[in-house]
Amino acid sequence: MLTQSTHDIATSHSRRRWLAAAAGLVLGLSGFTSARADDDTIKVGVLHSLSGTMAISETTLKDTVLFMIDEQNKKGGILGKKLEAVVVDPASNWPLFAEKARELITKDKVSVVFGCWTSVSRKSVLPVFKELNSILFYPVQYEGEESERNVFYTGAAPNQQAIPAVDYLMKEEKVKRWVLAGTDYVYPRTTNKILEAYLKSKGVKDEDIMINYTPFGHSDWQTIVADIKKFGSAGKKTAVVSTINGDANVPFYKELGNQGIKATDIPVVAFSVGEEELAGIDTKPLLGHLAAWNYFESIKTPANEQFIKDWQAYTKNPKRTTNDPMEATYIGFNMWVKAVEKAKSVDADKVIDALPGTKTPNLTGGVAEVLPNHHITKPVFIGEIKGNGQFDVVWKTPGLVAGDAWSKELPDSKDLIGDWVGKKCGNYNTKTNKCGGQGS
Amino acid sequence: MLANALKKFRALPFALLMLFATLLPVMAGPFEDAVGKFANDDYSDTEDAVGAIATSGNPLAFSIISALQDGRLMADPDTKKIYVTQPDGKSIDALTGAPVASVPDSAAAVRLNNHLRRAVEAALGGLTLSSPEPEKRIQAAQSVYKGHDEAMLPLIDGALQKETNKSVKQAFTEARAAILLFKDDATEQQKLEAIATIKARGDQEALAMLTDVPADAPPAVVHAATAAVSAIQQTLALWSVVQNAWYGLSLGSVLLLAAIGLAITFGVMGVINMAHGEMVMIGAYVTFVVQQTIRNSFPGLLDYSLVFAVPLAFIVAGAIGVLIERTIIRFLYGRPLETLLATWGLSLVLQQAVRTMFGPTNQEVGNPSWMSGAFQLGQISITYNRLWILCFTMAVFAILLAMLRYTALGLEMRAVTQNRRMAASMGIATSRVDALTFGLGSGIAGIAGVALSQIDNVSPNLGQSYIIDSFMVVVFGGVGNLWGTLVGAFTLGIANKFLEPVAGAVLGKIAILVLIILFIQKRPRGLFALKGRAVEA
Repeated sequence: MLTQSTHDIATSHSRRRWLAAAAGLVLGLSGFTSARADDDTIKVGVLHSLSGTMAISETTLKDTVLFMIDEQNKKGGILGKKLEAVVVDPASNWPLFAEKARELITKDKVSVVFGCWTSVSRKSVLPVFKELNSILFYPVQYEGEESERNVFYTGAAPNQQAIPAVDYLMKEEKVKRWVLAGTDYVYPRTTNKILEAYLKSKGVKDEDIMINYTPFGHSDWQTIVADIKKFGSAGKKTAVVSTINGDANVPFYKELGNQGIKATDIPVVAFSVGEEELAGIDTKPLLGHLAAWNYFESIKTPANEQFIKDWQAYTKNPKRTTNDPMEATYIGFNMWVKAVEKAKSVDADKVIDALPGTKTPNLTGGVAEVLPNHHITKPVFIGEIKGNGQFDVVWKTPGLVAGDAWSKELPDSKDLIGDWVGKKCGNYNTKTNKCGGQGS
Repeated sequence: MLANALKKFRALPFALLMLFATLLPVMAGPFEDAVGKFANDDYSDTEDAVGAIATSGNPLAFSIISALQDGRLMADPDTKKIYVTQPDGKSIDALTGAPVASVPDSAAAVRLNNHLRRAVEAALGGLTLSSPEPEKRIQAAQSVYKGHDEAMLPLIDGALQKETNKSVKQAFTEARAAILLFKDDATEQQKLEAIATIKARGDQEALAMLTDVPADAPPAVVHAATAAVSAIQQTLALWSVVQNAWYGLSLGSVLLLAAIGLAITFGVMGVINMAHGEMVMIGAYVTFVVQQTIRNSFPGLLDYSLVFAVPLAFIVAGAIGVLIERTIIRFLYGRPLETLLATWGLSLVLQQAVRTMFGPTNQEVGNPSWMSGAFQLGQISITYNRLWILCFTMAVFAILLAMLRYTALGLEMRAVTQNRRMAASMGIATSRVDALTFGLGSGIAGIAGVALSQIDNVSPNLGQSYIIDSFMVVVFGGVGNLWGTLVGAFTLGIANKFLEPVAGAVLGKIAILVLIILFIQKRPRGLFALKGRAVEA
């Protein structure tokens, strides 16, 4: 379509020649790398924001993919070919994510893309991946309610992070009153909806749940922290479940520390605070506050210790931390490598079919397996913040938890399952036995 | 019982204690069993151990449990030996109290979770009720109050009789009341007295305690408790108004601090400076660099790092401001749209430059000890960092006002902004004054960055979150008027904080924006409009 119209417009010879020359120049410049690349390398796209608000979180994941590619190339690449990274910067701009994804797939001809952090960026690239039939590995915990053929979700679904964390607070801390505090966007809103339904199913009353949303980058937490304190003084054990995102966490925790809310009185369990976020805060006043993740840097396993050592050597920074989305990227990358080796091809259809059932070891022990709904199995850990900015694991699930694409707590999605192996459907309704139930 | 036991031990001759201590390893009593459990690295074992040690009456009990609380209790999983690292750095064997040369490397601190931390606090509360320091005794009374464990009653009674310090006595009485309130066999009279004592306390913890009174208590007690609850709630409601006002002042001071530099560059000079936020960010990064340097080279001065950061941030941000004015802005005077675009682009360039230099992640800027924590004023808690920022903002405002009023540069600035041609014909080098004014505005933004680094993230995006608010304050207050900026900032801060509890943070912010838009429709020149010939200039 586009080339056709270009021809129509460029009727005059001189203009066409000018265009051809320009095109030739562009091709010549970019072809310098890609001409050689087409023969003996496999291209891997990296779609993480390197500037703008999300750069704080996503830059690390870009480095992780580059690190994994480097390690794989040291082992001789895949199928006898070296891997080559193509890094683009969607600049925390959601529509730009879709453009850059298109560019990666059509222009750079990448075989797979690792990328996205926020749900809105993932939603923005979904149509592109469907249309051009490519593969996206999404490495961040998210709100669920989605299962797409072209996407593999290696971060936690709500039942692999939020629900176990609430269970822990209920059982071990005997929490009776709940503050669900979050930033005002889709992930906290959906997660809190799921948690509210779950808490009510466990007999928690309406008046014992307080839900609070704040804008992105909220920095004046005085009123909200005072409200939490007040809510917590109603005589029942209270906890805060925080889906506060990114930069807003530092002022939030500073205010908690300054107003003297101790973890022994009102513990805060966070789903978006990891080792990287804590790097900006003095954690001594936060001792004992919690985070729920599927990975912590402090977990002592030989695989994790090796990974941290190699990562710090690769980044030439002996203090560089690791975190949960990094492990999810690690798992996703290894799964893709295994699937490509199994399929003996980088063709998207073949790799998508080869992925379910693929198993690779976690960094924390245990094995992650790709499920038919394109989510994976994960262990869930609850960690307490220590004085040195790391977490001390105080609880973990007895085994691995399988990720649910569709939450069982919400009436709209409780009958839905994702099954790309048998049913070839992302939202199969088990009640009506039809593909495409409610939800999406 | 425990207090008695402790007293007895103290009375024992030292020699006997030593003999006892050397005998300990061979006698496996409950204390020895309990200490051994720390090596298991199991939370329920640790909890058992804490309970057993607290009631063992062993002289080492206090140092073991306080070491556990501070993460100084070391367990060697191989040899099953437990060590206490004393606060002075020396170590003893937890079982015998005998000094050891060094703790083996394989030993790790015994781990705690929140449940255990509460158990430890309660145990320490019992052990420190007779501490020589009044502060500690109050803390102990507080933890007894929170736990209101019946077993503590005789201890509290004993301590209360001996106590002479008035405020400690009060704390003990409250702790005693809390225990009696929940003691099944306490008389109705005792319970009613307890309610009166707790009611007198009047804070949120008292409220929590009284709401917790079981419904199956005698009717008179339940009645008294409900009455007390509503009385406390009424006082607290009044206090919450005071609290909102304070929060409003504090938010207003932050807004003022962020906007005050803009009040000069935009308000006085008329430059739409979108890179203003980045000057704030640069000030915050100067603070970070100063703290890093001090931490590495002069650790003793860490508490005063901000004192050094303030002038440095002013100089660095001011110099960058002068540079920007000389290289970009002076070519764009009188072309507001171009200025807006150029400074917007500049802000992105500065952000990315900082991101490349320092990395995209947050940098840690510590609070000096005098800016951490909070104090109680009646029923509201005032955090020190907010209080200092309020004082600091007022100081900056006063200095700036004095500077504009009493210095030669201030006079020249006012002359140039009021009537440029007239000022030039009077022999004022207007372009030099322009550069200096812009530098002053940027420098003050840099100072704001020092203060904001104490309450917000130090990241490349720091400035972005303040730019909109700053423009809002300056426009609302009235362009070209510093007093307008002051009144505007505090009005917005207080309005925001009174709206927030009602409408929530998101809606509150929207409501404020709508109100400002309506206000600007009515008074396009803001609260304090400039009058007279200056307006036309």
